[in-house]
Amino acid sequence: MAEQQKTIHLIITRQDGPDGTPYKQEFKIPYRPNMNIISCLMEIQRNPVTVDGKEVAPIVWEMNCLEEVCGACSMVINGKPRQSCTALVDKLEQPIRLEPMKTFPINRDLAVDRSRMFDALKRVKAWIPIDGTHDLGPGPRMPEVDRQWAYELSRCMTCGVCLEACPNVNDKSPFIGAFAISQVRLFNEHPTGKMNAEERLEGLMGEGGITDCGNSQNCVQSCPKGIPLTTSIASMNRATTVYSIKNFFRN
Amino acid sequence: MMNHRHFFNRKLHSLLGVVPIGGFLFVHLFTNFYATRGEAAFLERVEIMEGIPFVSLIEIVFIFLPILYHGIYGLYIAFQAKNNVGNYGFFRNVMFMLQRVTGVITLIFITWHVWETKMQMVIGNVEATGFFTLMNEILTNPFMLVFYIVGLLSATFHFANGLWSFAVSWGITVGPRAQRISTYVTMLIFVLMSAMGLMALFSFANPVDVAQAIQK
Repeated sequence: MAEQQKTIHLIITRQDGPDGTPYKQEFKIPYRPNMNIISCLMEIQRNPVTVDGKEVAPIVWEMNCLEEVCGACSMVINGKPRQSCTALVDKLEQPIRLEPMKTFPINRDLAVDRSRMFDALKRVKAWIPIDGTHDLGPGPRMPEVDRQWAYELSRCMTCGVCLEACPNVNDKSPFIGAFAISQVRLFNEHPTGKMNAEERLEGLMGEGGITDCGNSQNCVQSCPKGIPLTTSIASMNRATTVYSIKNFFRN
Repeated sequence: MMNHRHFFNRKLHSLLGVVPIGGFLFVHLFTNFYATRGEAAFLERVEIMEGIPFVSLIEIVFIFLPILYHGIYGLYIAFQAKNNVGNYGFFRNVMFMLQRVTGVITLIFITWHVWETKMQMVIGNVEATGFFTLMNEILTNPFMLVFYIVGLLSATFHFANGLWSFAVSWGITVGPRAQRISTYVTMLIFVLMSAMGLMALFSFANPVDVAQAIQK
């Protein structure tokens, strides 16, 4: 069995720091069955030598759960943003091109800073305030039919793919992105969350809020969890419109 | 009350595109369609439109100012986007790009068109009764005919597709099925309005040919 060993060819866009200039490096690593992008990056980490035989600093990337529920390992793989843990080498065209999600500030190589997403969640108050200074007792129950679709929305992992795919999320626009709008729908549907529904709608209405959506609908096409993001956006469009009209007449 | 001004501005931009600008576009193309029945029938309609009480006030408040607002704010919105159709060639993303491209073309076209027709009447170079001849003269130039066809199609597309996104932005069509059906409806509106506008355009360009074709 002297046949030539199969390799995986990767072209990786790297950057040495937040202010560095991006450059590309190519790697060829030995093929093993069932590899994903993370195991490729681990292989390069063990032996960080480019195709030219130059030893370089290992590639920096983020990862955590390895089962597509944490969102940390998102990157642009062959032009499409997705999680590197579920990007299987056998299903990818070679050479495999890895790039960071450039919508976000780049920390180093493939690791980006997704802080703006967490700021957006704070802005729209994407949580349910449950406890006061004393036990308030159990909240109202949620109807099963609503729980079923709300569960779909709760699968959002703040991975950043919807922002990367969106033409309206860029350095010229303060748009918060589809995921935050969908989270408002989720928490406003919850029977306890409903009690603060208007605060969340307020969070959606300012600059960079829901009106900055341009309906390109790339988000719903790209979401790795299949969340009906555009339905959430339209639904929140309705909620903010109704709220603003009510608000106008009662003040 | 964080920042309702921004919300209001964007909603106003969306609303003005449909009412009154979309309404005006329809009335305008509808009036022009009388050109297919000959110069006399068209000028009769022009006389009716010009005879509306407070016509200047109506034109300024319901046509000129809304277009100015929608156009200038729309330019800002269009140039804020970073189009990525190459990488995400989804139907709606293409429509998103086209909406911005046709918006810019329409604004350029309207500016030129208003200068060439309405403003010439305001500064007294032409009478309302001379509009048919004026259009006929403009459209004998093949370059201008192409420019008018492109401008017209941009305007009708921008209106029809804008109607689709208006329905989404105001929370009228929420789910994917409703949005798909409204795509069909608005594209039908695009085809019908374009046909109406193009027929009028060709009547201005070749009044005799069109009149003969209709009589046959």
